[in-house]
Amino acid sequence: MKSIAIIGGGVAGLEAATNLSRMGFSVTVIEEKDQPGGKLNQWHALFPNRRPAAEVLASLKNHAKLGINMMLNTRVENIEKNDDGFALALNHNRMITAHAVLLATGFELFDASKKEEYGYGIYDNVITSVDLEQAFEKGIIKTAEGKIPKKIGFIHCVGSRDEKAGNPHCSKVCCITGVKQAIELKERIPDSEIFMFYMDLRMFGRHFEELYKEAQVKHHIQFIRGRLSEAFENQDNTVMIKIEDTLLAKPLKMNLDLLVLLVGMQPSRGIDKILHDLEVEKDADGFLKQADSQLTPSKTNVPGVFAVGTVTGPKTIGETISDARAVTLEIANYLHNKVASKILKNESYFI
Amino acid sequence: MIEFGYSLQANRQIDMDLNNLRMLKYIRNNEPSIDWCMSCGTCASGCTAAANCDLSLRRMILMVRRGEEAEIHDLVFRCRFCGKCLNACPRGVNTRNVIYWMQQAVININAL
Repeated sequence: MKSIAIIGGGVAGLEAATNLSRMGFSVTVIEEKDQPGGKLNQWHALFPNRRPAAEVLASLKNHAKLGINMMLNTRVENIEKNDDGFALALNHNRMITAHAVLLATGFELFDASKKEEYGYGIYDNVITSVDLEQAFEKGIIKTAEGKIPKKIGFIHCVGSRDEKAGNPHCSKVCCITGVKQAIELKERIPDSEIFMFYMDLRMFGRHFEELYKEAQVKHHIQFIRGRLSEAFENQDNTVMIKIEDTLLAKPLKMNLDLLVLLVGMQPSRGIDKILHDLEVEKDADGFLKQADSQLTPSKTNVPGVFAVGTVTGPKTIGETISDARAVTLEIANYLHNKVASKILKNESYFI
Repeated sequence: MIEFGYSLQANRQIDMDLNNLRMLKYIRNNEPSIDWCMSCGTCASGCTAAANCDLSLRRMILMVRRGEEAEIHDLVFRCRFCGKCLNACPRGVNTRNVIYWMQQAVININAL
């Protein structure tokens, strides 16, 4: 039986594991945390339909229950490629082998405190989109002083499209996340005023534009084009922002009870050792290089090593699921052809 | 005294803490489609009056949204209601009605 080691038990890893297992392969998922699900565990509701994240997570976990070897609290220390496939050395002196390796290690959230000028970790009432999501989960939306925030601002592109922050790319999902969160806030605090500060609004997905319009028309959320240079803390702990309203070409000032930073996705640095061992290449943006971004997006430069999910760039949950199903086929083709190629003694022909 | 050429300039800053959004609320009550505007500027690019003055519905809607009341006082009366913008708007904003209610807001500002 051909075996696959999936590194990472988030959305991409779980979905790929389920499908590969159903196709009859022996699947091991290596997850460093004590539970699968990855960053979906931190989320309350998903865009654009605002479905509870827990529902999707439960479904993914449930599907991945049967016939999959789930190794939690497990880290890959070392990987070696040999004639048969791969040998993975894990923590606690364990060792597994696999015929193919699937990298499903996901992304890292941008650390908002790196944009010191926005005051995250310094000012009490500056939070990130992840903090807000967890506040929704707890059902308590309050300022640091325990008051209900009445004036709330969202800053788009925090740590995205920012070359000085090391991330030239667009994280893609933050615009629609911001719109979703603004609507959720407005529903919880109907007399609040909400302002979105953006460079461009990228409503690329199906039903995203409609949600943006709903935010404007139904919830009277204001969208102001401009990028924050610096936030200040007032004596009463409210946050003062100054921004250029670029569509009016005028400077604008505003005090806010709460400032939410929409943090982006960046390449995970935790997998550098694995990539080094496998000689898997990254692109200039730090995400993995795809063998062919149009035709074989889930193949890396190394035969037998595949990539799925946000390890190859920002993706929505829906895109990650599609990607996971696509990589399943790619791996199946590879493993079947590997058998055939050994017969023909012409390995490169099939890879 | 030597004249250095310095003088006090009017503050250009939009102060969202001082500004009042009463005009927006008034126009919205009478013509809700003002909220559909996404500031694309198609209305202003085809405007027949814009060749001869600073009229721009896109800008005026933004002024209203920010509570910059004084900015639209004169401009809004430059519109001839030809309706080209009504055809142009991709989101179907009832532009003529929006401008009409902007004029009413300016005229009745003290009653808002």
